[in-house]
Amino acid sequence: MNDEKNPEKQSKIDLNRRDMPKQSPEMRSHNFNEVALGYTLEDALGEAKRCLQCKKPRCVTGCPVEIDIPGFISCIVRKDFSAGIKKIKEKNCLPAVCGRVCPQESQCESQCILKNKGAEVAIGRLERFLADWGASAGKADLPPKAKPSGKKVAIVGSGPAGITVAGDLILLGHEVTIFEALHKAGGVLVYGIPEFRLPKAIVAREVEYVKSLGVKVFTDYVVGKTRSIDELLKDFDAIFIGTGAGLPWFLDIPGENLNGVYSANEYLTRMNLMKGYLFPNSATPIKNHKKVAVVGGGNVAMDSARTALRMGADEAHIVYRRSHAELPARLEESENAEEEGVIFDMLTLPVRYIGDENGWLKEIECIKMELGEPDASGRRTPVEIPNSNFRIEMDAAICAVGNSPNPLVPSTTPGLDTTRRGTLVADQETGKTTRDCVWAGGDIVTGAATVILAMGAGRKAARSIHEYLTTGKQ
Amino acid sequence: MNKVIERTMIVPNMHLLEIETPEIASKIKPGQFIIVRANDEGERIPLSVADWNSEKGTITIVFMEVGASTGALACLQAGDELATCVGPLGNETQIANYGTVLCIGGCYGIGSIYPVARALKEAGNQIITVLEARSSYLLYWVKKFATLSNKIFNITRDGSLGMKGHINRLTEIINSLPKPPDRIIVNGCTYLMAHASELTRELGITTLVNLNPIMIDGTGMCGVCRVTVADQRKFACVDGPEFNGHEVDWKEFLARRKAYMNEETLFFRKSAPKPAVHKEGKCQA
Repeated sequence: MNDEKNPEKQSKIDLNRRDMPKQSPEMRSHNFNEVALGYTLEDALGEAKRCLQCKKPRCVTGCPVEIDIPGFISCIVRKDFSAGIKKIKEKNCLPAVCGRVCPQESQCESQCILKNKGAEVAIGRLERFLADWGASAGKADLPPKAKPSGKKVAIVGSGPAGITVAGDLILLGHEVTIFEALHKAGGVLVYGIPEFRLPKAIVAREVEYVKSLGVKVFTDYVVGKTRSIDELLKDFDAIFIGTGAGLPWFLDIPGENLNGVYSANEYLTRMNLMKGYLFPNSATPIKNHKKVAVVGGGNVAMDSARTALRMGADEAHIVYRRSHAELPARLEESENAEEEGVIFDMLTLPVRYIGDENGWLKEIECIKMELGEPDASGRRTPVEIPNSNFRIEMDAAICAVGNSPNPLVPSTTPGLDTTRRGTLVADQETGKTTRDCVWAGGDIVTGAATVILAMGAGRKAARSIHEYLTTGKQ
Repeated sequence: MNKVIERTMIVPNMHLLEIETPEIASKIKPGQFIIVRANDEGERIPLSVADWNSEKGTITIVFMEVGASTGALACLQAGDELATCVGPLGNETQIANYGTVLCIGGCYGIGSIYPVARALKEAGNQIITVLEARSSYLLYWVKKFATLSNKIFNITRDGSLGMKGHINRLTEIINSLPKPPDRIIVNGCTYLMAHASELTRELGITTLVNLNPIMIDGTGMCGVCRVTVADQRKFACVDGPEFNGHEVDWKEFLARRKAYMNEETLFFRKSAPKPAVHKEGKCQA
């Protein structure tokens, strides 16, 4: 009613959060093209104008890499996109990636003052808009580089943490070399996240960008095997370990080694890194399963189920032991999955995989669960309902119940302490490990988390490494 | 990078590939493997290493042409480059002076058991070698093995060289020795390794096998190479590839090895490289 009295104020606050244009569910569940199509110029301008340009912007405090969010949004309003993308790149060398896969709803956007009105500014979509504009505009000016310091830094792993450290340190004048175990740089962005959520051309572009700054990238190089950390230390002044969480967990139930039972890592790596979805035009085979159960409820589980549908499965199920409300996946992802026709079997836990005479999965025995008391994480603990076992017919099961850090580097590096969970012990603020001249960050320290948290950790470690390289203090 | 120095067919369907890769050559140990991709579209396949020269900076692989990916490798010529050659991967064979070690090689495993036998010889062991093939013309490196073996047995299916039959003659061979070997190591196709393990279990002789499951990354990330050993789940790439043959669940292993047989055929037809398929089938398993 107040607004009626004050028409000027009403016109200022626009609560129409612009929707993201998407491929229709019927269409996209049959192709691997990107689901979200990106804002049009009109969408972006409309959305950007909604930003209230707060004096004390809370959104920035919600961003792990502290991007000047009102700053880049005001550039969009002024249609100075080139300044906008520059503003983002001051803090974030992977905007096209973060604009797509960051959980903005629990970070920057959760802090937006308009959230109270249920219409927070779509910061992530605007970030993506600028990043995509920057890419289509062609080569941007490279940021200025500091004078060569003569110091050499090795980065182990080319995922989001490693790329961030590389991007930061190269600008500070250090010589940076990335070692990647797989044949393509990008880490989880390449082998894990599917094409329809993060096109690989975008990852390749971001990797090319750090290369254009002068970062050297060696692929097919397994640190811990091809060369140990100790051997690298003979040639490098500092090392950053960003090897991620790449050791898949299984449920440890009978029948898990049947054919047709995959770790999500295997399934997604076949599809994404090895381009299995193009088989037989690509060399790495993938089965066309008809009924697929994905065990787990996170983003990786959603990615797997949605991939299975695109591969022509008649049914793709999410089998999760808690209820809908506890799904760890981003809301956007579980909604997308549901729209595309993924079936959600909640409060269900597999207890046994049953195979046919040739060793292929044919059925899964499950048990029904109910929710009990909240556990340490605050989520209600699932409890088995006795004698509620039942069987579902499935020809594939994809286990997406998490990963622990890969032990290859820790186990071959004396003095590099790990926790009980296998993560590296590292200072939270600096990423400094228990070994001299060695830093770490991302999932190898935190356990499986998000792209942006890994980047945040990379940024802090880069700062600490730079301080060490310039002052000698660790 | 990864330049092909030599690629020769040493016996029908069996190829030797020498690759220039100095860092791997300076690091590799007996029992370890590498992962290669012949070209950018290629599949990642694990291959045991048969020899290396750290001064020259090269490694040598012996592989059998069984499908599209090995077919693409078989088309390589000196001067070509492999898209991927990564390693050394897996754990090395434990080399010590055990006394007498019986080394069994079949198929590509004749190549990969060679550096194992050589290292064991250097460690002071007596080496008894058993080489197995379908026919004499498929046996290779016999002279190489003769120089480092105290005794060598050849088995051919058609009896064209040495004993007639297949690995079922192993018990006879062991019984013919003055005393049973202290340890047995088998490299080769699944059939050879499983059958040899079965026979030696009864004799109570420690038998190690070098497993060759399907792999993608080879660093523990994908888990496709999982195998049940002593009722526990192991990843052949990081926990192996060498395991106690008496503890391996061979039935499961064989089923997992065959998982993509149909797709392999489809791809092979589709991509239609020049070479012919190995018809006997045994070694494909």
